[in-house]
Amino acid sequence: MKKILSATLLLSSITISSFAASAQSPLYEKLTIDSLETQNNKDKSISWSGNFWVGTELNKVYLYSEGEKPKHSSSSSENQLVFSHAISPYWDAQLGVEYDIDKGAHQTWGVVGFQGMLPYFIETRATILAGSGTLGLRLEAEYKALITQKLSLTPKISTALYSKDIPSMELGKGLSNITASLKLSYEITREFAPYIGVQWTKNYGNTNIFNPTDETYFVAGVKFWF
Amino acid sequence: MSTTKNQISRRVFVKGLAVASVLASTRINLNAKEVQKEFEKGDILSGKVFNLSIGYSAVDITGTPTIATTINGKLHAPTLIWKEGDDITINVTNNLREDSSIHWHGIIIPTDMDGVPGISFEGIKPGETFTYKFTVKQSGTYWYHSHSGFQEQTGVHGSIIIEPKVKDPYDYDVDYVVALSDWSDENPKSIYRKLKVAGNYYNIKQRTIGDFIDEIKKDGFINAFNKRKMWNEMDMGDRDLSDVTGYTYTYLMNGDNPATNWKALFKRGQKVRLRFINSSAMTFFDVRIPGLKMRVVAADGNNIHPVDIEEFRIGVAETYDVIVEPLENKAYAIFAQSLDRTGYAIGSLTYDENIAASIPKMDPLPILSMTDMGMDMSKMNMGGMKMDNMAVKNDKKPMDMNKKTPMANMKMDNMPTENKKKSMNMDMNKKSFMTNMSSSSMDKTIPITPLEHADGPQSTMKAANPQYRLDDPGVGLRNNGREVLRYSNLKSLRSTMHDKQPDREIILHLTGNMERYMWSINGIAYPDAKPLKFHYGERLRITYINDTMMNHPMHLHGMWQDVESGANQFVRKHTVIVQPGSKISVQVTVDAMGSWAYHCHLLYHMAGMFRKVVVA
Ligand SMILES: [Cu+2]
Repeated sequence: MKKILSATLLLSSITISSFAASAQSPLYEKLTIDSLETQNNKDKSISWSGNFWVGTELNKVYLYSEGEKPKHSSSSSENQLVFSHAISPYWDAQLGVEYDIDKGAHQTWGVVGFQGMLPYFIETRATILAGSGTLGLRLEAEYKALITQKLSLTPKISTALYSKDIPSMELGKGLSNITASLKLSYEITREFAPYIGVQWTKNYGNTNIFNPTDETYFVAGVKFWF
Repeated sequence: MSTTKNQISRRVFVKGLAVASVLASTRINLNAKEVQKEFEKGDILSGKVFNLSIGYSAVDITGTPTIATTINGKLHAPTLIWKEGDDITINVTNNLREDSSIHWHGIIIPTDMDGVPGISFEGIKPGETFTYKFTVKQSGTYWYHSHSGFQEQTGVHGSIIIEPKVKDPYDYDVDYVVALSDWSDENPKSIYRKLKVAGNYYNIKQRTIGDFIDEIKKDGFINAFNKRKMWNEMDMGDRDLSDVTGYTYTYLMNGDNPATNWKALFKRGQKVRLRFINSSAMTFFDVRIPGLKMRVVAADGNNIHPVDIEEFRIGVAETYDVIVEPLENKAYAIFAQSLDRTGYAIGSLTYDENIAASIPKMDPLPILSMTDMGMDMSKMNMGGMKMDNMAVKNDKKPMDMNKKTPMANMKMDNMPTENKKKSMNMDMNKKSFMTNMSSSSMDKTIPITPLEHADGPQSTMKAANPQYRLDDPGVGLRNNGREVLRYSNLKSLRSTMHDKQPDREIILHLTGNMERYMWSINGIAYPDAKPLKFHYGERLRITYINDTMMNHPMHLHGMWQDVESGANQFVRKHTVIVQPGSKISVQVTVDAMGSWAYHCHLLYHMAGMFRKVVVA
């Protein structure tokens, strides 16, 4: 009975009363956690990456967050708030700000980004950062290969470059980091998929001097959206 | 069981457990010889005054009890039987908590009776009754449905049979409606949202690595890779067949799920008329009755030159009347598989109400070809795969699609997937196509009225070289070894002798972006579009060009669309399927003053792929 009642409520909550009466595009919103995982690295980190957007098909406001919390030290993260506007069928241009935290230090950037799909279904995001007289560039690309309708293998690569050293943030000039991962995930539902994977990350140049990193480790986590 | 009071549907059953449906409840007896009045118990309403009540009903289609929006408590509403020439009155009471409406699909009536909120009237407010009054000026098989919100998806659809003044020119002994629909326990608003935020949500038959490996085994790596190349470069999938699939849908026949297996009775030797109506929200069905040939006698309510086939595709909102003659005492499956092969509706044409037909095997998954992308296949045969042959992304300039190509001979022999064995048929059609072109559009140039058009993120591609594909039964039905109905088979019985030559032409591109789930006409969605102006008294030619990879059933309210289906050959329809990447032309005699809705009949495309037409 309860179920029937709630279904009634659901049905009656349909608000689009008419297709003929022209309505503005309704607003939609979506929270996506691309990864929430434990990493079997030397820091024994918990890592996350995801976004929330609200908007229409063509214009959205995005909140991105990605970071990690090592077991025995404080967290570091990169957080963006951008306005996103469709510029082609598969691409959005983005403009906004980024706030980074690295073990107590922080850095604010202005951000110009491009997000979309390259040919061959490669999901891509490129962001240009500007702050404290420094420019930064981050690139990431991933491809989801279906093994079955539910089981998939996702290779992903990301990299970051900076025009100057920012020692407080442990960022060095030039190529700073490359991270590549391969994850095997199983969609229990469209919205929820646990995964296991292997990740390799390496710092370069002065970044590697500030924070020497070159390791390969297993990860396990979940991705979900709603 | 009495009907109107009963808000609880009779269809309460557990998943997988077949419950005897009210047998032959939708049997109609018009020209039929036997009269079986005992079956008329609210599933069929006839006369001149009708009372319909839209309300909520508890239903259990899948094993999970939920709520449907129904008419007189029936999921698939009562079948209305009208008589041509009658003045009828229909009182529609809205017992929902939101506005509602009823549109009489394919019925030629004044605009204020057409039932489209915001265009024909203001809709029916909760608790109110709206009275429709009109004269029935046609005959045949039609249907009716809500034109408000997503009520059509949740059950507000029913069948209409109009008895002709002059007996139909074919005989039959028994008469049944076979109404197909798609049911989901999900709230349609939630379905729509999922499409908006994850366009491929319901696509449960996407390409896998295994498919590619199979292709490598068959064709070698280079060929397999090259075959994929164009699709990959454009980020298009060859398995994007339906937006919403069996992942959430249960397909129904006259409101019965496959486990119930709706039954129609016959006696050996009888001729059975089956009136197929696709009253689903989003699903195209491929229909066959293994073991029986079907003689198609009417399309969208209009009698045609009969054509014998084994299978037909029925798009959303189309109707086909067929006559079958079962010669054996057995149960025949009426099998309607969804185009995407994720499920089926099934019933039995049986001599014994206790015997159901066994379930046929579903056909393999259809795979879209470059034809469906609007490529010119003749160039493909000769020159291989060149970029300018294919659909182009919107930042590239498309080829001029109307004039540049030698139309006459490019058509049929360039359909590599067509059945070569049927060359007689093909030749005939090719010829007819050529003459059609010369008669209706080549000799006499028809002035084209330019319309506003927008490019941008809202449309993914343009069909670079869309072809008339009247002979193409469509993806998944090509070359399947059966005689499949094509639009080129359809020819109205009514004479077209006195139809005017078109005064002018408009071109409507059907545009969309599956990724963002946006649909539009000429790149402009309904809320941003100006109404289309039709001139009273004119004969208007409309050419559709489908710039998407999906079929769109285009429905014009208030006026017929005479589809150019061959040489001086027309078929009169209310809903016209425009195949992916193709073009098709219709002619409209603009004889109905007022404002009319004009739209794609896929429920979740409608918000954008919609126009208001003003006839003045
Ligand atoms: Cu459509």
